[in-house]
Amino acid sequence: MQIKFGYRDNFLCEIRPTGELCSEYMCVDCGKAVIDAQNLKHKEVNDLCREAMLNDVTDITINNVFGQRYIGTRLYNPDKRPPVTITINKFPGNDLGVFLDGHRIIVNGNAQDGVGNTMNDGEIVVHGRAGDVVAMAMRGGKIFIRDNVGYRCAIHMKEFRDKLPVLVIGGTAQDFMGEYMAGGVVVMLGLNLKDGEPHRANYIGTGMHGGVIYLRGHVEPHQLGKEVGVRELDEKDWRTVQTHVHEYCRHFDKDPAPILTGRFIKLLPVSRRPYGNIYAY
Amino acid sequence: MYSYQLPEFIIDRAEDRCIRCRVCERQCANQVHSYDVELDKMFSGEKDCVGCQRCVVMCPTLALNVRPRTSDYRPNASWTRDKMQNLKKQAETGGVVLTGSGNDKPYRIYWDHLVLNASQVTNPSIDPLREPMELKTYLGRKPDAVKVTRGEDGFDVETESFPNVPLKTPLVFSAMSYGAISYPAYLSLAAAAKETGILFNTGEGGLPEHMRREYGGNAIVQCASGRFGVDADYLNSSQIVEIKIGQGAKPGIGGHLPGEKVLANISETRMIPIGTDALSPAPQHDIYSIEDLSMLIYALKEATNYEKPVSVKIAAVHNVAAIASGIVRAGADIVAIDGIRGGTGAAPLATRDNVGIPMELALAAVDKRLREEGIRHKCSIMAAGGIRCSADAIKAIALGADGVYIGTAALIAMGCTLCQKCYTGKCNWGITTQNPFLIKRLNPELTTRRLVNLIKSWSHEIQEMLGGMGINAIESLRGNRDHLRGVGLEEWELNVLGVKGAGE
Amino acid sequence: MKQQYHQSERFTPDKELQACGLFGVMDTSGKCFGGEMAINAIKNMKVRGNGLGGGFGVYGLYPDYKEYYALHIMYQDKNQAAKRLVEEYLKQNFYVVYDEEIPTDPGVNVFQPPLVWRYFVSPTHRKGAEDTMTDDEYVVSKVMFVNINIEDAYVFSSGKNVGVFKGVGFPEEIAAYFMLDKLYQGYIWTVHSRFPTNTPGWWGGAHPFGILDWTVVHNGEISSYGTNRRFLEMHDYYCTLYTDTEVVAYAVDLLMRKQGLPIEIVSRIFAPPLWDAIKLMSEKDKKLYTALRTVYAPLLLNGPFTVIVAHHNEMIGLTDRIRLRPLTAGAKGDLVFLSSEEGSIRAVCPDLDLVWTPPGGEPVVVRLNSKDHLLSTNKSI
Repeated sequence: MQIKFGYRDNFLCEIRPTGELCSEYMCVDCGKAVIDAQNLKHKEVNDLCREAMLNDVTDITINNVFGQRYIGTRLYNPDKRPPVTITINKFPGNDLGVFLDGHRIIVNGNAQDGVGNTMNDGEIVVHGRAGDVVAMAMRGGKIFIRDNVGYRCAIHMKEFRDKLPVLVIGGTAQDFMGEYMAGGVVVMLGLNLKDGEPHRANYIGTGMHGGVIYLRGHVEPHQLGKEVGVRELDEKDWRTVQTHVHEYCRHFDKDPAPILTGRFIKLLPVSRRPYGNIYAY
Repeated sequence: MYSYQLPEFIIDRAEDRCIRCRVCERQCANQVHSYDVELDKMFSGEKDCVGCQRCVVMCPTLALNVRPRTSDYRPNASWTRDKMQNLKKQAETGGVVLTGSGNDKPYRIYWDHLVLNASQVTNPSIDPLREPMELKTYLGRKPDAVKVTRGEDGFDVETESFPNVPLKTPLVFSAMSYGAISYPAYLSLAAAAKETGILFNTGEGGLPEHMRREYGGNAIVQCASGRFGVDADYLNSSQIVEIKIGQGAKPGIGGHLPGEKVLANISETRMIPIGTDALSPAPQHDIYSIEDLSMLIYALKEATNYEKPVSVKIAAVHNVAAIASGIVRAGADIVAIDGIRGGTGAAPLATRDNVGIPMELALAAVDKRLREEGIRHKCSIMAAGGIRCSADAIKAIALGADGVYIGTAALIAMGCTLCQKCYTGKCNWGITTQNPFLIKRLNPELTTRRLVNLIKSWSHEIQEMLGGMGINAIESLRGNRDHLRGVGLEEWELNVLGVKGAGE
Repeated sequence: MKQQYHQSERFTPDKELQACGLFGVMDTSGKCFGGEMAINAIKNMKVRGNGLGGGFGVYGLYPDYKEYYALHIMYQDKNQAAKRLVEEYLKQNFYVVYDEEIPTDPGVNVFQPPLVWRYFVSPTHRKGAEDTMTDDEYVVSKVMFVNINIEDAYVFSSGKNVGVFKGVGFPEEIAAYFMLDKLYQGYIWTVHSRFPTNTPGWWGGAHPFGILDWTVVHNGEISSYGTNRRFLEMHDYYCTLYTDTEVVAYAVDLLMRKQGLPIEIVSRIFAPPLWDAIKLMSEKDKKLYTALRTVYAPLLLNGPFTVIVAHHNEMIGLTDRIRLRPLTAGAKGDLVFLSSEEGSIRAVCPDLDLVWTPPGGEPVVVRLNSKDHLLSTNKSI
């Protein structure tokens, strides 16, 4: 079995040149572009997006997306162009908006894993559910998910002074939500839970040492990480929650009043150095 | 709790030489020396001494001698002094024993058992002082072939090439993050890299914004599990983006930056609250399998518009050859392998000393496996972990590395004496501390000079040895194990290294 | 190979590293359908594999021979001597009803294809002590013999009315080579796209891995492989195909067929709840889980994994207990889908009735003529 098989490139093989794709799959019309992503590979979709941005387009619509990855990432440009709005119809793939720096993405469908991974600035709105590690290591910007999310969301979120990331989830999450959070705001509304049904996540906020989670609904103490404390909301907290809930409702056409009457609790870290005692110096 | 531990060092002071200048008192960050005015005598409290030798070097009359207390307990080959002291420490604190710098245990060092060839008679040596001796290296992925078309005025190259980064000499400064080391130390690494035409690695701590324009062209930026300081600007200001999966000093666990070292500047670059421990999580939470690594590699390529090579840094562990092959197939352009002797600012002692395999064996295995699968040209291999001199570097290249990362060697050039207390934040040499008083001791200009001298002298030595072998371009030595022979190695070791025994 | 094991554990073969994409689809009404859905879905997830392995498991493809065990046997390097030895062996131990080469498309270029032959056999011709064995036991022991003792011959699948087609290449290339979309119809299709790092050219290493009518496709790496393997060896299952998926298939055979445990228990053995969670359960549950965890400790599958295990009438999807690998389920009418990514299910069936992701350690059990798969939606998102 000493056979040299060499290398098979699964990502970059058979990528068609951007020029050829432009004529077939994209149509540009005074600042707006429409891309049909049916059968386009991951890199090809992103090549077209970048091409559109370089041609001064600020509104891109991508149709027939089935699993294409990294949409919104290739738009980094140090020339400080105006931010682009990308509307995605159907179902984007993993790492939507990874390293996003200031643009807006709207998804009319479900998203997969890694939405807003290490996002620096911008906005992502998903009219559906999302997968695992949403807002992982997020440093700024806003993400709104209408329904539920998976494991390890908002893991290691960070903030610094006025750069504050926000994640608003309409439904509930699975385990390890807010793991190792160092900053940022998470608002989880639990809108699809029945009355009195607790959120299902376990190990919420394990390792949390910064930031805050506003939870609407009920959790048992054993569902929380040992670094997490539960508090009632004060004036400032209420104002924050109201702002984010209003914005959520604007995106998804819902009424904020019944949401705001629900019971909210605040989860925050009880210690800044949860691991200060595990090492022998 | 009263400590049962014995002091680790003995301080001898020659009273006839001591002139009571009190330099030792001022220099010691652990406050070991003190002056008694009434008795006009210097006292040394040995319990806190860490053996960093700062006072010895700074004493104007060389009156001090700091030496380790090695044999206090009854000699016991199994229960050594180290093991007993660490046990007592754990009994007192209930904590994980932390330590710094690299593995100091007597695992076999294969560099000391490999010898190099020299040309005699049949093949002339080349004089490195007068004839050209090329050390230039390019890191990155190479295409399978070069297609040319004949044009009107010569040949045109048709093949689209992948991004490659040039190095003037195959030595690169290893990843030491701003936070683990001080600002002057970090700046010196960057400035020395710029001056000598090589690269430095930002480590997990990010690259401060004001340095990006000037030093970004010589920077390898890291995207580690904590994602500290990672934004699109940071990624695009670099030359290479490195994904840190693991490091040789602590394979399988993440980085440690104790809260003592997270002061204002660090807090800003890493975006974490002041005083918190920056414990990078062990896995990158979006990489739980190799197809996920492929996903992150292409995410970074997308974020940098396919203009920069992506490197993956792993620790050398048991099936490193298969892992490296998987990494290359996942799309990485450079694979960096860090062996068991790699250094660190803070690591649990148990992991540092017991987890991982020596880099020499890992390097040989990886190089062999990639060639067997026909994909060696798809990546460059960087070797790291315990390169102590230029001879080690050249042997690494002969075993198959494209370039070598030097970490501990650079620190020693800056003044480090491997006292292994980097995690306390009290580095007397001003290198691994954030204390503003201690940092002042490190002058960036002079330190840059030291590092530049290091690189220059090693490069000259490499050129000499290359010339001696009859080679005048480093690429002819890469992977050329025929120029190595083993001395005092066992059969299986020679097999893994792919090297004949001396005389064979 | 038994001799090798006796010599020293130092020489046991290394398992390969691999990572992958998975897809499974079942029609709960039992209606058979062709392979286009499976092929298109796995093509959508092309970046999860690296073109060095792909495979399909199909159930219900041999309606005319459904009473006989269908042995798909591969001969590495088209070794004719191995083929002769195997056929001798089969004639001695089975009644061979029919055998032929599995039809392949000569126009499709795949890497160093071995010879793949199928035999429809019935377990008669028993000698002595073997009379007391059940049919299944008998077949398993004979299959183990071929794998261990006959050089260059490996059994891909050995169940009734089940077939495994796999090899080195992207899964759509394997499908084209074996003409899966043209020739076969089945009511369960499982597909796997592999990303291995070792010994290319080894067709036996691809997934699905099968024994009797169990087929397993697996995404992830089992870090407890050494422990699992040694436990299974005590029960006479020898891992010979250099992949960690083998332990899952053999463990499932041991627990479900030999020891008669239902799938809900088996999934709790592979991905048991953490001791912290067991502490909070009722007395009855505490007793059950403590028993499972202590007795079957060597079968705990540690490390990230998503497996789709299929056998007749059931397709089961399971992830590890802290959900390090993804799995999404979808349903439309009678069709139920399991996949690594939602995008691939949508690519073949854009408007699903229901889409859900179960938590770690919670199996999705798709059964014939039932809506049992909906049970897992309770705790899912």
